[in-house]
Amino acid sequence: MTQESTTTTAAVAGPSMGQRLRWLVAQRALWPFVALALILAINGIVSPGFFNVRIVEGRLFGNVIDILYRGMPTAMVALGMAIVIGTRGIDLSVGAIIAICGAMIAWRIQAGDPHWVVLLIALATGLLCGLWNGFLVAILGIQPIIATLILMTSGRGIGLMINLIYGGTNPSFESPFLQWLSVGRIGLVPTRIVMGVIVFLALWTFIRRTALGLFLEAVGSNPAAADLTGINSRIVKYAAYLLCALLAAWAGVIVTADTHTSDPVSQGLFVELDAILAVVIGGGSLAGGRIYLAMTVVGVLVIQALTTTILTSGLPPEYNLVVKACVVLAVLLLQSENARAAIWIFFARGRSAK
Amino acid sequence: MTETTTPRVELTGITKSFAAMRALDHVDFKLYPGEVHALLGENGAGKSTLIKIMTGAVAADEGEVRLDGAPVVIRSPGDAREHGISTVYQEVNLVPTMSVAKNVTLGREPRKFGLVNWRAARERARSRLARLGLDINVDALLGTYSVAIQQLIAIARALEDDTRVLVLDEPTASLDANETKTLFDIVRDLKAQGIAIVFISHFLDQVYEIADRITVLRNGKLVGTAPTAEMPSMRLVSLMLGRELQSVEQHRTATGTRTFADAPILVAAGLGRRRSIAPFDLSLHAGEVIGLAGLLGSGRTETAKLIFGVSRPDTGELKLDGVTVSVHSPRQSIRRGIAFCPEDRKAEGLFLDLTVRENIMMALQTKRGWLSQLTFDERERIAREMIKALAIATPDADKPVGQLSGGNQQKVVLARALVSQPRILVLDEPTRGIDVGAHADVVTLIRRLCTEGLALLVASSELDEIVAVSDRVAVLRDRKKVGEIVGDEITRDNIIQMIAGAP
Repeated sequence: MTQESTTTTAAVAGPSMGQRLRWLVAQRALWPFVALALILAINGIVSPGFFNVRIVEGRLFGNVIDILYRGMPTAMVALGMAIVIGTRGIDLSVGAIIAICGAMIAWRIQAGDPHWVVLLIALATGLLCGLWNGFLVAILGIQPIIATLILMTSGRGIGLMINLIYGGTNPSFESPFLQWLSVGRIGLVPTRIVMGVIVFLALWTFIRRTALGLFLEAVGSNPAAADLTGINSRIVKYAAYLLCALLAAWAGVIVTADTHTSDPVSQGLFVELDAILAVVIGGGSLAGGRIYLAMTVVGVLVIQALTTTILTSGLPPEYNLVVKACVVLAVLLLQSENARAAIWIFFARGRSAK
Repeated sequence: MTETTTPRVELTGITKSFAAMRALDHVDFKLYPGEVHALLGENGAGKSTLIKIMTGAVAADEGEVRLDGAPVVIRSPGDAREHGISTVYQEVNLVPTMSVAKNVTLGREPRKFGLVNWRAARERARSRLARLGLDINVDALLGTYSVAIQQLIAIARALEDDTRVLVLDEPTASLDANETKTLFDIVRDLKAQGIAIVFISHFLDQVYEIADRITVLRNGKLVGTAPTAEMPSMRLVSLMLGRELQSVEQHRTATGTRTFADAPILVAAGLGRRRSIAPFDLSLHAGEVIGLAGLLGSGRTETAKLIFGVSRPDTGELKLDGVTVSVHSPRQSIRRGIAFCPEDRKAEGLFLDLTVRENIMMALQTKRGWLSQLTFDERERIAREMIKALAIATPDADKPVGQLSGGNQQKVVLARALVSQPRILVLDEPTRGIDVGAHADVVTLIRRLCTEGLALLVASSELDEIVAVSDRVAVLRDRKKVGEIVGDEITRDNIIQMIAGAP
């Protein structure tokens, strides 16, 4: 994943402090961490006790846990988005997939299916959505932004139609099993965080312990060369959209079980934008070619920490989106070599003027 | 047309450098009214730079431009058009989703009260096309017409009422014989109207058919200019290809004539693809090196790609070890032990974002499939071995390949092909952009692999390279294989003779 951080540490045995600092500054991977640390530090100063973690009702509680907890659905979506973006694609339909899966869950529980079967149905629904997106992008060769826009716009309608199958007036349900997956706990830790870690490790193993990750990046980096090197770019792209949709479906399970109701109009609304943002903050390029799973999670945490901060700081929630935009812009500027050079020159000039 | 008339365009002592590379070195070029002047040369000869200077796209470092005897400075393509110089570029610069009328008048629409007067635009498009003898519906979308018609529409667009110089950059590249004939009729007509025409083409037959005068550039220098009648094809081809590096030729005698008695491992029988390469036969034995020689655009790359399965043949069949191959694709080819190094490493060869190591192991990994990833140690060892064997200049294998120099990038492409353990290696321009030392490394390595039984197909524009390494040479002209030569017959002169079509 973040190979640069592991391989270069050994190389800096000799250089001076200044050189080391310069090297560190040039690492794109540094800035999301700096942003996260800053946001958390500000919180620590503004509200003492921000980092406290208590045990309430047998479960860990506290702001830091809360950030992880609330960020989990977006993190799942963002991991899939990182893979799709790595292939030079994009998936705008993830929010709609969440809505469709939510509607499927409510419907099948009303229909009386065993709840573990409902879980499988929800995930299978996600895969079906992935099959559709993959078909449009990988087989028909439609541009990803347009291809996934189709499901993005129609998906919430499909969710409402599923609600109508059983009358649809009250699409809420009770499911101890699904709610345990979302809001329950394993030992002291919320289940969704444990599951998130498991999903992350499984995904990492799936694309990094096989050559799939390499092929995904190859297809994103240079499609023509990938074909000439014998990579079946259709299947590889297909895999990316399937994985992305499956992860979105899992996010759908968490979101739907949390509120134990299906709400196709607003569930997962704009999650695709947060997910794309997280990938970009994590250092991924929309031009494709690289997949940074761990850094994408850091990107999600930056976004979530910011949201939580604004909510706990007492600022009106209306400010949320604007503040978020400013911080994201700052991180992106620091990652851009051109912008860094400009800032460097600006400060150097200021110093020499004195 | 005679030397006494004032040239319409006269370029004197034109010099132009890009960074350290000298693209043009004191080149003179005269273009007379009512003549078709062919401008010839291989890749990097300086043709396009000369054209760009004439059309104002690039400014010359030194030299003088005269129009009808008067010195002028052409600052931009718009400026050139004011002077009556128009260009039709090789890639048709038109918009397929717009109507013919819009395409012909785009950017120069007739206006009325500041708004485009579409009726006048259509009228103008119709009259322009009529000048070329073309009567088509100007309201139809451009994309609905054939490439040949689109080419003519591009010419119609370039032809203003006051156009006096017309530059045609490879106008026939995507036309078939009939379409070319139509185009030439129009060119002759324009010539009769007194327009001076610069004709750039890789097809020698066409040059002899249409040109009144030929100018040859090589490595940025003017190497010859003469009326077509005084430029027999033998002389033309030797001017284009030059004769240098005699030392390499001696290398050839050391290898001598080798015969391959065993059955060929690859046989192409009547393999061909329309508009790409005429059906050809070719056989390749283990340990043998076959050179594909020919001018730019003669079908070298097309032949190589057909054999590797990049493009699908319309006719003929390909046999590997005597068995006919039905489904042929790059993926199948790599599995069957064929490797390919494409000519354009940036567009088709490399994954610039990925590391040197990842690039080198890619083909081997695709051969193994995605499930059995090479272990970390294997990847590390393979990368280290190849970096050492090919002397790839990189601080470590983790560097993104986009940060290497051109020659080293080329070596990475070669390394990737070699790592996939091929029995047959297809190289398209293997030494382009490589310095002399690296060139020798690559040739030596290829030689060694061949003694170990690797069969090699090398397409190259460097005749010396072909002569130095080949056991057999297939010569191509105008997208057709015109013959094969073996052993001691492989000399520069013989190849040039065959390319020129001399008896």
